[in-house]
Amino acid sequence: MCETCGCGDPHMVSVEIQERILSVNDRAATHNREHFAAHGVLAINLMGSPGSGKTAVLEATGRAFAGRCRVAAIAGDLETERDAERLRTAGIPARAITTGSACHLDASMVHHALHHESLDGARLLFIENVGNLVCPAVYDLGQAFNVVALAVTEGEDKPLKYPVMFRKADLVLVTKTDLLPHLDVQAGTIDEAIGRVMPEPAVFHVSAKTGDGLGRWFEWLEEQLRARSGPDASHPARGHHHD
Amino acid sequence: MHEYSLMLALMERVEEEAAKRGALAVHRVVVRIGELSGVEPELLDSAFAIAAAGTVCERAALDIERVAARWECSGCRRPLEAGERLRCAACGAPAALAAGDEILLGQIELEVP
Repeated sequence: MCETCGCGDPHMVSVEIQERILSVNDRAATHNREHFAAHGVLAINLMGSPGSGKTAVLEATGRAFAGRCRVAAIAGDLETERDAERLRTAGIPARAITTGSACHLDASMVHHALHHESLDGARLLFIENVGNLVCPAVYDLGQAFNVVALAVTEGEDKPLKYPVMFRKADLVLVTKTDLLPHLDVQAGTIDEAIGRVMPEPAVFHVSAKTGDGLGRWFEWLEEQLRARSGPDASHPARGHHHD
Repeated sequence: MHEYSLMLALMERVEEEAAKRGALAVHRVVVRIGELSGVEPELLDSAFAIAAAGTVCERAALDIERVAARWECSGCRRPLEAGERLRCAACGAPAALAAGDEILLGQIELEVP
């Protein structure tokens, strides 16, 4: 018994929480997702190692979709606006998020970037994540699809070493296939490894340099855009409500 | 190294719960981390030591329950062996992850007046 006031000794209580540690991020991601859905925006979270060819694929995509569909991008990097500048040169309005030391983008960083006027009216929004094959897979951004770029130069066993990233992928772009003749790497072996970590493997082999295989990627994007086209698709992308 | 940012989110939730109940101290924090969650338990543990210093969790223990990855067929529910192709040999349906992607705050033990 407590001697001062008779209230009883401090005691221990066990409190059941059972909540995802990232529930705050999940809520922000849900907000982004509702916003994308309301405005008919197809948002793609593009992930992959540094140097896996993410920006090169987007540059080619921006050129292919020029005049047909408004494409915009958010590019995450630890430092510099280089990727965003490259994308703008390729005709894609792009907003850089420099994360400093953070190894991934989270949903609230994406949300802040969405308020930038350069992204207004986009129908196809690429979120180019920080180059990293681990951390970005943990954070939902509100995207419709996760696409992972994996360069043939990264080796055949990367999917087996980084299963979390590939499990979260909806589509894998095996990039830089023009380099295959110079490497001791078999494209089929990469596919085989992907099949061991991705339950429903969807894989396109592409070269942003020669354009090989990009047609299938563009068709895939168009299919997803058609599935999303709605009556309010022309609304500006940043006009949305907060609760 | 996203474990530190995860830990900050965890600490915020624990401190909120502690404040709500007027807790004097937090004695234990139990989390469940799946093998395929993308979170390294060892790094989470180091992050806890740093993040807890000077807070209501200063003397708390972090219990990390590891959850093994478990795949099963999305059709017939046959369990799949680790490292197997993620497609059911019996019915051809893709595998579904039945356990192993958890990043959960389970329970906390608080000392209350």
